[in-house]
Amino acid sequence: MSLRIVVLAKQVPDTRNVGKDAMKADGTINRAALPAIFNPDDLNALEQALQLKDAHPGSTITLVTMGLPRSAEMVREALYRGGDGGVVLTDRPLGGADTLATSYSLAQTIRHLPDGYDIIIGGRQAIDGDTAQVGPQIAEKLNLPQVTYAERVTVSDGKATIKRRLENGFEVVECPLPLVVTVTGSADACRPRNARLVQKYKYAVTPSELEGLDDRRKALVQSRPELLISQWGVADIEADPEQIGLKGSPTKVKTVVNVVFQAKESKRLDGGDDAGLEDLVKELITDHIIG
Amino acid sequence: MANFYNDNEALRYHLNHPLMREIVTMREREFKQCEEFDYAPLDFEDAMDSYERVLQIIGELCGDVIAPNAESVDAEGPHLEDGKVRYASATYDNLRALNQAGLMGITLPRQYGGLNFSLVPYTMAADLVSRADASFVNVWGLQDCAETINEFANDDQRSRYLPRVCAGETMAMDLTEPDAGSDLQAVMLKATQDEDGTWRLNGVKRFITNGDGDISLVLARSEEGSKDGRGLSMFIYDKRNGGMTVRRIENKMGIHGSPTCELVFKNAPAELCGDRRMGLIKYVMSLMNGARLGIAAQSVGVSESAYREALEYAKSREQFGKPIIEFPAVAEMVATIKAKLDASRSLLYECTRFVDMYKTIEAVGRERALTMEERQRARAFKKLADAFTPLVKGMGSEFANQNAYDCVQVHGGSGFMRDYACERIYRDARITSIYEGTTQLQVVAAIRHVTTGTYSAQIQTYAAEQFSDEVSPIVARLQEMTAQFEEALSLVKAADDTELVTFHARRLVEMAGHVIMGYLMAHDATAAPELFLESARVYANYASAQVAAHHRFITGYLK
Repeated sequence: MSLRIVVLAKQVPDTRNVGKDAMKADGTINRAALPAIFNPDDLNALEQALQLKDAHPGSTITLVTMGLPRSAEMVREALYRGGDGGVVLTDRPLGGADTLATSYSLAQTIRHLPDGYDIIIGGRQAIDGDTAQVGPQIAEKLNLPQVTYAERVTVSDGKATIKRRLENGFEVVECPLPLVVTVTGSADACRPRNARLVQKYKYAVTPSELEGLDDRRKALVQSRPELLISQWGVADIEADPEQIGLKGSPTKVKTVVNVVFQAKESKRLDGGDDAGLEDLVKELITDHIIG
Repeated sequence: MANFYNDNEALRYHLNHPLMREIVTMREREFKQCEEFDYAPLDFEDAMDSYERVLQIIGELCGDVIAPNAESVDAEGPHLEDGKVRYASATYDNLRALNQAGLMGITLPRQYGGLNFSLVPYTMAADLVSRADASFVNVWGLQDCAETINEFANDDQRSRYLPRVCAGETMAMDLTEPDAGSDLQAVMLKATQDEDGTWRLNGVKRFITNGDGDISLVLARSEEGSKDGRGLSMFIYDKRNGGMTVRRIENKMGIHGSPTCELVFKNAPAELCGDRRMGLIKYVMSLMNGARLGIAAQSVGVSESAYREALEYAKSREQFGKPIIEFPAVAEMVATIKAKLDASRSLLYECTRFVDMYKTIEAVGRERALTMEERQRARAFKKLADAFTPLVKGMGSEFANQNAYDCVQVHGGSGFMRDYACERIYRDARITSIYEGTTQLQVVAAIRHVTTGTYSAQIQTYAAEQFSDEVSPIVARLQEMTAQFEEALSLVKAADDTELVTFHARRLVEMAGHVIMGYLMAHDATAAPELFLESARVYANYASAQVAAHHRFITGYLK
């Protein structure tokens, strides 16, 4: 059977390569100093979607992302790897959203997808917030079952079989479709961009990006519908204004503190015998370092 | 997270050479394919942008997949299992990644699933892959055998075999035999025809790189009773049909990841490729020129990795209270590696453009009648390609060896241990000056271009260019070197003794090569001084000393 697969992805600042300019003096992120990248776990999610598509010919992958207009790059990245299209949800009133408002907005977007869905796959968490809440909240809002920490997703006979990564091993669970799956970073790494697809889709744009192209390229996009990326706003997803953006976000940031790690003075425990070792272990347990 | 393309500005510089506009416009047949293929470029800028983007993909795979796998591929190597090759496990990962990225059939026409890229970005891809793992570039780079099928096989064969190459099947070219190495006229493997016309291959091939590839080009004796090259034809062998087994995988000094096979053909069915009797005379020459350019790219990639490893170590290793790069003896080694790297790379892409120009004009000529001017250009570029291919293969591979040697030297005792990549690079480099024709055979191919003046004429073309003021002292040295080369050449020619020319051939070819690379560096240093000025200076010093030594040898010998 062919599947309608939705991949949730977020454009994030690359917090893995943080230089000294990464934070501003007021403790907020200096986005200009950090390149915007495809959230790493979401790439693992995309790979699971692509593997499902490989196994179920005729399946489609729609990438859904919320963020600034430049998040259209996320859809292109998916197209370059074998995705079929996407929706960029971007609108000023959506800004400042916490996980509750984000999951509401994304759930509304998914509800409005013209072709529907069989399986929704996202990364476990984004490297900028590290909450791991959005995927599960979307499942709740859409009233769908959810499976988290997925390492491998397969589908047969209308059911998904998912290998879940646990702390000390793994478990395999089965779940009826449709469902929401969040994928961990230990799942298969995403395949590379494909040379032919990059050439085919490099001019894929949202309507607002289309304006920046020269006439020749504009005409190309207009003659090939697959090159037009959907860009939706609040009206398109019929969102309740009270539940989106800052207004819909109960999370309040009281203060942000710039933490500077400082080495503590070293402590010397004398005695290389068992008693000395026991003291060391006791102290480590007391400090909750081990145990 | 490394990207071997993005971290190397020299590649972007060479990719954007002014001649590319003509090459690409012709290769894309005035950009008419965009109506038929959704991934064909709209115009020149679009095509160049695609080259850049695809090279970035390759650069990323080299940095993130192929280079990190190189050590385990080297340690594990391929194995023989029931007459078949099993690659080192990480080689399969490399192949999978490159196939997923659609990086097979890079230069093949789109109608077969290829990318129809110019040879320049393809050669650049080989340069990149070789820096990541010089052994893997053999397995992947043999896709250029498909060019021979594209050029000389019939339509039916093209449509059956080329899409398979584009889809990721690997290739091999089976030329060498136990008694036919450099002398391919002695090939004995027999091709006979059944009553129904099917060709059957019987015999042994030796030292065959990736011998168990999916599709092989096999040189065989089709004319019973013949003894020389005129009795040899080229055949396409499809592994799916069976009849060939791998008897042995060689245990080599380097390029462990590349399986070098001894093959036994027993009644293996095969198809004739092109015309009978033209196997050696025409098709091997074409295969060989492509392969030599490939080895030149491999050599430049090896030099690049040697340079990076040497520089990194020299900066981080401290002795006597400071990084060793601060000692002139070490700094000179690193700077010389860099200069030889930059010079051989510049020659590589110059040569690649020449090959690309004439091949593209010839390909257009198979579709429509060429104008007189186009025919002349094709001839001129073919002559330059024939002259520059043995030069860059010969000198580029010798530089790769020298650079790998110096890279180990910079590492001192650590370089002799297996803990550092330089030890593998040193072993991998060694084959580049041997296979696809030893350096001595490159000299044989190049010397006639010394004596007939192809190099001299091209040197005059380079000398007539405009150079920046800061480069002019280098140009003055190059003029001196040119004079020494011409004097040595005329002395040798005046003796009117063929053996004497052969005796001094290596020296004369190297003198020409140094002057040519010197001018290419002067050109690069004028266009992009921030990238090449230092290398151009170092190279001019080094090359002028080499040229002077050869000049001294030849004049002294003849006095």
